[in-house]
Amino acid sequence: MNRKPDYLAHAVLILGVLIFIFPIWVAFSGATQSAGAINRGDLSLIPRLSGLPVFINALGFGNTAKGGVPIWHMMMVSALMALGIALGKIAISSISAFAIAFFRFPFRMVAFWLIFITLMLPVEVRIIPTYSVMSDFHLINTFTGLTMPLIASATATLLFRQVFLAVPDELVEAAKLDGAGPMRFFFDILLPVSGANLAALFVILFVYGWNQYLWPLLVATNGRLDTIVLGIVQMITSDQLTPWNLVMAATILAIVPPVFVVVAMQRWFVAGLTETDK
Amino acid sequence: MATLELQGLTKSFGRTTVLHGIDLRLADGEMLVIVGASGCGKSTLLRLVAGLEAPSSGRILLDGRDITDVDPSKRDIAMVFQNYALYPHMSVFDNMAYGLKLKGMAKAEIARRVEDAADTLGLSELLGRKPRALSGGQRQRVAMGRAIVREPKLFLFDEPLSNLDARLRVQVRADIRKLQKRLNVTSLYVTHDQIEAMTLADRLIVMHQGRAAQIAPPVEVFAHPADTYVAGFIGEPAMNFCAARLGPEGRSARLDAGPEIALPAGSWGREGAGVTIGIRPQHVTLSTSADALRVAIDLVEPLGSETLLHGHLGNGETFAIRVSGPAPGAAELGAELPAEQLHVFDGGSGRRLAPG
Amino acid sequence: MERRALFGGRLLPAVLVAPQLAITILFFLLPAWRAFSESVQATDAFGLNTTFVGLANFRALLDSPVYQAALLRTVAFCAAVTVLSMAGGLVLACFANRGIRGQSVYRVLLIWPYAIAPALASVIFVFLLQPQIGLLSNGLARLGIDFNYATNGNDAFGLIVLIAAWKQVSYNFIFYLAGLQSVPASVIEAATLDGARGFYRFRTVIWPLLAPTTFFLLVINTVYAAFDAFALIFALTGGGPGSSTTTLVVKVYRDGVINLDLGGSAAQSVILMALIVVLTTIQFRYTGKRAT
Repeated sequence: MNRKPDYLAHAVLILGVLIFIFPIWVAFSGATQSAGAINRGDLSLIPRLSGLPVFINALGFGNTAKGGVPIWHMMMVSALMALGIALGKIAISSISAFAIAFFRFPFRMVAFWLIFITLMLPVEVRIIPTYSVMSDFHLINTFTGLTMPLIASATATLLFRQVFLAVPDELVEAAKLDGAGPMRFFFDILLPVSGANLAALFVILFVYGWNQYLWPLLVATNGRLDTIVLGIVQMITSDQLTPWNLVMAATILAIVPPVFVVVAMQRWFVAGLTETDK
Repeated sequence: MATLELQGLTKSFGRTTVLHGIDLRLADGEMLVIVGASGCGKSTLLRLVAGLEAPSSGRILLDGRDITDVDPSKRDIAMVFQNYALYPHMSVFDNMAYGLKLKGMAKAEIARRVEDAADTLGLSELLGRKPRALSGGQRQRVAMGRAIVREPKLFLFDEPLSNLDARLRVQVRADIRKLQKRLNVTSLYVTHDQIEAMTLADRLIVMHQGRAAQIAPPVEVFAHPADTYVAGFIGEPAMNFCAARLGPEGRSARLDAGPEIALPAGSWGREGAGVTIGIRPQHVTLSTSADALRVAIDLVEPLGSETLLHGHLGNGETFAIRVSGPAPGAAELGAELPAEQLHVFDGGSGRRLAPG
Repeated sequence: MERRALFGGRLLPAVLVAPQLAITILFFLLPAWRAFSESVQATDAFGLNTTFVGLANFRALLDSPVYQAALLRTVAFCAAVTVLSMAGGLVLACFANRGIRGQSVYRVLLIWPYAIAPALASVIFVFLLQPQIGLLSNGLARLGIDFNYATNGNDAFGLIVLIAAWKQVSYNFIFYLAGLQSVPASVIEAATLDGARGFYRFRTVIWPLLAPTTFFLLVINTVYAAFDAFALIFALTGGGPGSSTTTLVVKVYRDGVINLDLGGSAAQSVILMALIVVLTTIQFRYTGKRAT
């Protein structure tokens, strides 16, 4: 059977790929050119190789006059925040799901439904009241305040619960016969067996944490806790003349970590996403 | 070295009683097979002994020690599961070592035991592999290895062969029996397959609706089944049952399907009492006599050296005959029921009768 | 749904569940409760006295043409983004599933946009379409098209739809690809033997089998457009020019943080919560409670 190449499929897919790459390419290319040229409207589609050091320079750039912090500082805040949210969420969701799936205790279903409700309360819907609660706890402008409200949503818990319910009963019984108590079972057997889901969740949560805008906008009131996403948006909305090449360089830098995480772990990521449907 | 004793074990789930008071005593080194159809309570019984469920009443004594309330891992038992239940992320070695590790055993001792067990089971080359790289038979051997290294007082087998294909099943069955005999560990083995039960057991317990229908060695269960359930369950192909009424002094019987037949010597009850006559298909002989039992043949199954004939009697009761050689071509045959091969059961309760 | 093999004990599970419950109560239920209570109150001009006003805030909202406009705008936005991004994702998934060479490379190249922050997507599109310096806007100007999202409401609205859809295509692509791959080959073969080809086969055999995926994505995309797109919109236009890009969630922010109308903003939050409850309930009911 002869298979001539599927030209139509290639054409469509390449078109799709280009549509996504194009804006990034322009941003990359713009980053390497001079701010002056850009402001004159003189942007070329070809990046200037001599302009590549801009990515290094951008790290040090920051709106220090207005109490801002350099890009690298903001990247660090974003990294810590994303890691904190991802790891924090995985930790508390996995133990909650473990308790709900593997035990029977009073108010178990009450706890489950309370947690389930949070699915219906994304941060955008409760911005103001959450802010006022944080303010009452003096958590504004703290790292805790930055991460806490984003940690406890139900999606991870539901995923874990689903995975845990699917573990064969006999595996649990064999472990019991071997003398494993619940926490031993959790660490020695349950978590390793759920490894792929853990990886997928990590990707999803890391990206989610890194890409946050609204919540950091409210909580980070001085520059110290600005995340990179926040910082970049502030750069283009300020009144001063925007140094577009630096902004684009910063944007590219800001996109690299989440994209890297997604691409590196894409197999688990896709499997985890499509399995959980959430 | 261990004896197992079950005293009046019952188990209810809510309003449903699954086990109605089981009493059992296993001698040291004995292999007792619990056999029965699904839903008869055999798995529940095993799980009670394992400690995975708690009995509603009754006691379990292992080697004289009451383990009824003891944690499963502290009962000094080991279990082989139907689905192997191997830890998928651990190597064969680690799977076998896990329980010992949790007990705090020394590494050297663990290694010794695991390697010995692997050697016995032919797993020495596979110690570094993960379960997904093993065949079904190999996984089952690892599951057994995991049980052996614990050097327990009691082995529990929960239908371990059900997930294997037919040919492998026969081989692993033999391996299990040889191993158990060699290690001389007292064992409880659950299966729904009566052939497995017959070949493996020192003694059988046939379970029916939560009760022990009969506890006896296989030969005894086959030759003298305690009731119609056991008689119909053990033996392939299944025993034929014909309703009948006792004749004068209960020394003969008239089948509802017609002819009068001779019974083994003795009086089997009052004249006119209802009985069920049982005879195995292979014990039925063909007869051309005019008084023979007439069997209309519905289906002929050639089995190679033998033929199995399925048919029915004049009153509609099904009747099967096994003959050696090819099938006689006729659509209706005459059957003779040799008296010494008959089993006589009470027509109402199904319990085996004894001649008076 | 429940399992048979369990562990005993009551203290341990309570301890395990406690952290999540604590955060849930503090940062979800407590704010939600405050939203409810604030939504039925009104504060006077000086911010000193609050009085219970029942459903007055809600009534005022639902009667207000500004809110109604925001509602319509949100519906239009959600519909446009959902249709565009789902169609795009489906088309790409269909072609990516045709068994061509280099399929896995295409897959990676179409998945990565998931990782871009919505706000940053806006920043990049600003760079492309900013009236003075944008490459695309200059290009359009040369073609005689004056595209200015900062001054023209329709341009702004169109742009946020474009950006939101652009970002969301890869998510839909992932799910549709998985959905297509789970269609059994035997079904396709049977259809082909029956004489079904190309688009006809897609419409009558494949599309119905994708219905669960489609339904699921409809809900997810609607929620995304209604809520997650806040960052995208706010970073681009702040809700302007005027209120041409103010969707419901943007309005909550503007009224609450910028205009300090706490009662009205709280009422809007409550309405949004109700909407999301309805959407999520529908999704769980009709997709057979996949996550339960």
